[in-house]
Amino acid sequence: MNRNDLKVISEKAKEKHKKYKHKICVCCGAGCISSGSEGVLLKLQKEIVERGLQNEVEVIPTGCMGPCNQGPLVKYLPENTIYQKVDCENISQIVQSQIVEKKPIEDLLLFSDFHPKPFINAHDDPFFKKQLKIALKDCGDINPEEVEDYLAYDGYLALGKVLFQMSPEDVIAEIKHSRLRGRGGAGFPTGLKWETVYKYVSEEKYVICNGDEGDPGAFMDRSVLEGNPHRVIEGMAIAGYAVGANKGFAYIRGEYPLAIKRFEQAIKQAKKNGLLGNKILGSEFSFDIEVRIGAGAFVCGEETALIASIEGKRGTPKPRPPFPAESGLRGKPTLINNVETFASIVPILNNGGEWYSEIGTPKSAGTKVFALAGKINYSGLIEVPMGTSLREIVFELGGGIQGGGEFKAAQTGGPSGGCIPAKHLDVKMDYESLMSLGSIMGSGGLIVMDEKSDMVDVARYFMEFCMDESCGKCVPCRVGTKMMHDLLQKIYDGKGTSIDLERLEELAIYVKETSLCGLGASAPNPLQSTLRHFREEYESKIEQDID
Amino acid sequence: MSTEIVSSEKEIQNTDPRIKLIAAKMKKENYKADALIEILHTAQNAYGYLPMNILKFITKELKLPPSRVYSTVSFYHFFSLKSKGEHTCLVCTGTACYVKGALGLLDEIEHKFSLKPGQVSADNKLGVQVARCIGACGLAPAVVLDDEVHGKLTNEMITDSINAKIK
Repeated sequence: MNRNDLKVISEKAKEKHKKYKHKICVCCGAGCISSGSEGVLLKLQKEIVERGLQNEVEVIPTGCMGPCNQGPLVKYLPENTIYQKVDCENISQIVQSQIVEKKPIEDLLLFSDFHPKPFINAHDDPFFKKQLKIALKDCGDINPEEVEDYLAYDGYLALGKVLFQMSPEDVIAEIKHSRLRGRGGAGFPTGLKWETVYKYVSEEKYVICNGDEGDPGAFMDRSVLEGNPHRVIEGMAIAGYAVGANKGFAYIRGEYPLAIKRFEQAIKQAKKNGLLGNKILGSEFSFDIEVRIGAGAFVCGEETALIASIEGKRGTPKPRPPFPAESGLRGKPTLINNVETFASIVPILNNGGEWYSEIGTPKSAGTKVFALAGKINYSGLIEVPMGTSLREIVFELGGGIQGGGEFKAAQTGGPSGGCIPAKHLDVKMDYESLMSLGSIMGSGGLIVMDEKSDMVDVARYFMEFCMDESCGKCVPCRVGTKMMHDLLQKIYDGKGTSIDLERLEELAIYVKETSLCGLGASAPNPLQSTLRHFREEYESKIEQDID
Repeated sequence: MSTEIVSSEKEIQNTDPRIKLIAAKMKKENYKADALIEILHTAQNAYGYLPMNILKFITKELKLPPSRVYSTVSFYHFFSLKSKGEHTCLVCTGTACYVKGALGLLDEIEHKFSLKPGQVSADNKLGVQVARCIGACGLAPAVVLDDEVHGKLTNEMITDSINAKIK
């Protein structure tokens, strides 16, 4: 396929969709599948054929639509009516009422169990109203298993534009202009990273997509890979062109079999259509992607450990510098970005860096995907502009605390992050604001806790996680996390003393300052942030002991 | 441990289709040490765990020191040197599941099936493990029974679901 063919195919795919009056999307993300959505899809397709509606209505499986705990979800377009908790029994009723009689069924509408008056157009619901989908755009609207569907939504046009109308310098300038920062957690400016890799002269360079989403409570990358894999492939190919790499690796967690399957399938389709491989779209640029499956080690989210794992070794980190941009995979200059970062590249090139940089806050541009979970009414996947307040996320989008409980804290950033207490509910969700509260943006996991959660237990839980996941290479992390865990356990069991608390605080500083990689350096964060915001809980456990 | 791999008496049967699968994978990867983890994934998918004689076979074919293979296997949680049981119940203990009662599910499993995480029943029917996070946080608490995700579980539901699998 060359560039003109791409335009023709994309137009054809659009025409094909136009011939249908309605589209029914059945969410087939891992969450909805486990609630039975595949059965719903088959039954629905059968029902449409049996009623002779197949020329009028198309039924497709899609990726994640967002409200995961209300699944299986079925979306009816263009009305954008979403039905929740659909099972095979409801289907005939939905088709009859929605398609034949043009009357939505109120009792089955999304969030009908929460609102007295649910919304017929789901966009009016507070869950969707404040969202701005950029990385997740089209996820939930297209069939992730069909490249034609992606093409119908202008897929690979950005790659075509880049290859024929832009120099690598232009692409990097555009990304720099967008002020996009790495979505894996640390928030390093993406354009700068690309430029650094670009400047190193080497015959061989690599692009790696970090899909080792190890933070417990995070499923943004899984949803993007499952829901719109071609978007990530296109982003990686553009990155390859910009930095001068011809080979990419996507490192995906072994715990995500569906994401792996869909991503591998998407690579095959892209290759078959000349969108990956030799001389992409008839240009001089060649790029290929291989999938590497993670084997369950949290530390492999750290870039040097991830590289070791791709090389088939133990995933232990190396001291930096040299940074992977200089000496990464097989000792060559390597660009590593997170899944969500790659998913944001295509919209930036389609709409311009200027457009992206105007969204969000001055220091954190664009949008961020969060995985809402815990004691919250609507758990699931959301994407909001940077700077949206935690209060808006929890109480408007998330529908408040489950069971009418009281908000106690929100945990962001997983084992490297911290807990934000109720008094800081108005914090703007951006890199700097979260850091000033002792937490981090992290990859986007946001777990809401109510008054029943014991914050010492939360700190102990994360410390146990870091202790288990420490690779053992450096002493501060290997021994320090174990010592901190034992002290936390002692305090949690009511056997701690005030000296233990002092030692904990001291240790936290040592481990933070002296660990080799980010795992150890951030392991004390949950402890320090709970100590900062919930010190009285620690003290009450100690006092009990003295009495 | 390395000597155990080298001196493993149990010779592998070349007629075993699972061996052929692993051999084909190694060939596809050009016997590169780079692909060790991929090959181990293939082997574990075929056997359910990584038997010593299979590790020995891979070590020989890839021309790697046994220590290199063993150190890689022992590093990653995914790889297991012993059978995980015919049916596996993987309980997610990620933050969302933890907050919503994953430990209760583990207690229930221990109570009903006398199995703690990492243990396999005497008849090899059921193995119980824990996962750091399976990414199904919207359905917390969740477990993976064989390859199916079961979400929003209560103590009663988990027992019923497991019984349905192993009976």
